[in-house]
Amino acid sequence: MRHFTILASALALAAGLAAPAAAQEKLKIGFIYVGPVGDFGWSYQHDRGRLAIEKAFPGKVETTFLENMPEADSERSIEQLARTGHRLIFTTSFGYMEPTLKVAKKYPNVMFEHATGYKRDKNVTTYSAKFHEGRYIIGQIAGKMTKSNTLGYVASFPIPEVVAGINAYYLGALSVNPAVKVKVVWANTWFDPGKEADAAKALLAQGADVISQHTDSPAPQQQAEAAGKMGFGQASDMIRFAPKAQLTAIIDDWSSYYIERTKLMLEGKWESKDTWGGLAQDMVHMAPYTNMPADVKAMAEATQAAIKAGTMNAFKCPVFDQEGKEVPCKGAGVLSDEQVVGMNFYVKGIDDKLPK
Amino acid sequence: MSIAEAVLITVITAATPLLIAALGELVVERAGVLNLGLEGMMAVGAACGFGVAVMSGSSAWGVLAGVGAGMALSTVFAILVLGLAANQVASGLALTILGLGLSGLIGAGFVGTSRAAIAPLFIPGLSELPFVGRLVFGQDPFVYGSLALAGGILWFLSRSRAGLKLRCVGENHVAAHALGIKVLHVRFAAILFGGACAGLAGAYLSLVYTPFWSPGMTAGRGWIALALVVFASWKPLRVLLGAYLFGGATVLQLHAQAASLGLPSQLMSAFPYLATIVALVVMSVGRRTAVTPGSLATPFVPDR
Repeated sequence: MRHFTILASALALAAGLAAPAAAQEKLKIGFIYVGPVGDFGWSYQHDRGRLAIEKAFPGKVETTFLENMPEADSERSIEQLARTGHRLIFTTSFGYMEPTLKVAKKYPNVMFEHATGYKRDKNVTTYSAKFHEGRYIIGQIAGKMTKSNTLGYVASFPIPEVVAGINAYYLGALSVNPAVKVKVVWANTWFDPGKEADAAKALLAQGADVISQHTDSPAPQQQAEAAGKMGFGQASDMIRFAPKAQLTAIIDDWSSYYIERTKLMLEGKWESKDTWGGLAQDMVHMAPYTNMPADVKAMAEATQAAIKAGTMNAFKCPVFDQEGKEVPCKGAGVLSDEQVVGMNFYVKGIDDKLPK
Repeated sequence: MSIAEAVLITVITAATPLLIAALGELVVERAGVLNLGLEGMMAVGAACGFGVAVMSGSSAWGVLAGVGAGMALSTVFAILVLGLAANQVASGLALTILGLGLSGLIGAGFVGTSRAAIAPLFIPGLSELPFVGRLVFGQDPFVYGSLALAGGILWFLSRSRAGLKLRCVGENHVAAHALGIKVLHVRFAAILFGGACAGLAGAYLSLVYTPFWSPGMTAGRGWIALALVVFASWKPLRVLLGAYLFGGATVLQLHAQAASLGLPSQLMSAFPYLATIVALVVMSVGRRTAVTPGSLATPFVPDR
């Protein structure tokens, strides 16, 4: 009997010791997505990054995600992750910026990574990708491919990242086709397939023959396909939804960044900084160039290589705003990173009023 | 195709899922039951409809599966609120959460799959008429179905004996019970009908409107349909009007933006809601008669 008691207490002790040891070994990483993982766009790509972490660090990490989290109501979800032992938390939408900073103040030992924002803290890092580099390429393609000289753009919210995307797209198109126009429709949502489709239909009905989008579902591309027009996939390769319409797609690739940050965290070397990678850093990819003549494809490839090499830039000075005023040039012959990250104006020639 | 024609065709597509779901809910509420689970039932209808259509290769089977899925989920609701006399508001909200989660699970294997939309009808000669051709004779089968549904429900509620019984159950279930009407049976049938409509509306989303599956693709349409029923004072023709008004305002504001009219887009996005509420409220001003079904959302437990 006595032996049994000793054995039992030894076991209990062992279990008691083992449990925290195991918990310390595994780094808990949390993710918050604005859309469903299955949106096949923005959130889908972030989730692929999460899966890449799990694959890269087998047995060392444990990941959790919360999908479909409304931005306005995200604070408690972020806090929930922080409270439940997640030591690294990725908040993957612009609107999570303030909630992330608030929660980060309360949990100084938890490290936060906020996508597409511009405010940092000791334990809040920001990261984003230079999607506008891809937008410049697809703008050039659109400028060459359009027959009606009217491009349609389904936009989400008037935040700098989206505005910079529209500008880069238009400047790209303008660089190869001086007669081109872009029509912008703000859907005021990141994800509502029905509304995105309606927006694309409105643009098509008003003469647009190339549909670009900065919303997350493949619905606008499906509409372009059904109407026999063209378009560009967003965030992930949407060729399956528009096999005859998709010219290319801008693909976000977070995997290498996520793996890098997790590695630093595991080594205890994580620190707050800002990362803004583009084609050169492999954070932005282009899907295969399809459904276009060889010369357009060659042009797109050349532009892609030039941007990657740093010899071409979407926002090469001089840049003029809608009133025709020259925007001060704060970079080296181009607009500075800060100017692009905080872009809140349309460039000259865009026939739309920017919602404020 | 002229712009006016394009606008009208898009309006019909935008209005149809709202109309179908709202008509089903109207019947449920006229029977005295409040089912807040529309969004969940629509999502499950969309997921099952798309999944079965892809697997069987037949749109018809997809539609049937959507309807069946909506009915199956509404049966769960019926067991709770009729069998166990549970709180209808709480059960309905739970049904929404369950439905959204379940739809994600069912649809997980179909994310990234695409299929062609159910084709609109084409009647040689008629569908080729200028302007009215596409509009009147070239819609998809759901559109005609939804209009027939509105007419059928109007006739059923106001002209048929069964409709009278259903309204009686909704107005005063104690009196209906005293008259020998089987309150719970009537309500069960109404809930099933509402589930079928919600499932059908969901299938419309994933088979016609945007022919793919993605979790959360209902994007709040169930809630809009619910609100339409209330603002339409539980009258089928006003639901029809409300759904088309809402769809119309949604599409028009997108067109206004594409035409660069220069109005603030946030305001334009709110426009459909404002226009629908104002129109339906104005219509009910001046009529002081009670319009809310008297027994709405009250559980009924027959004394034995």
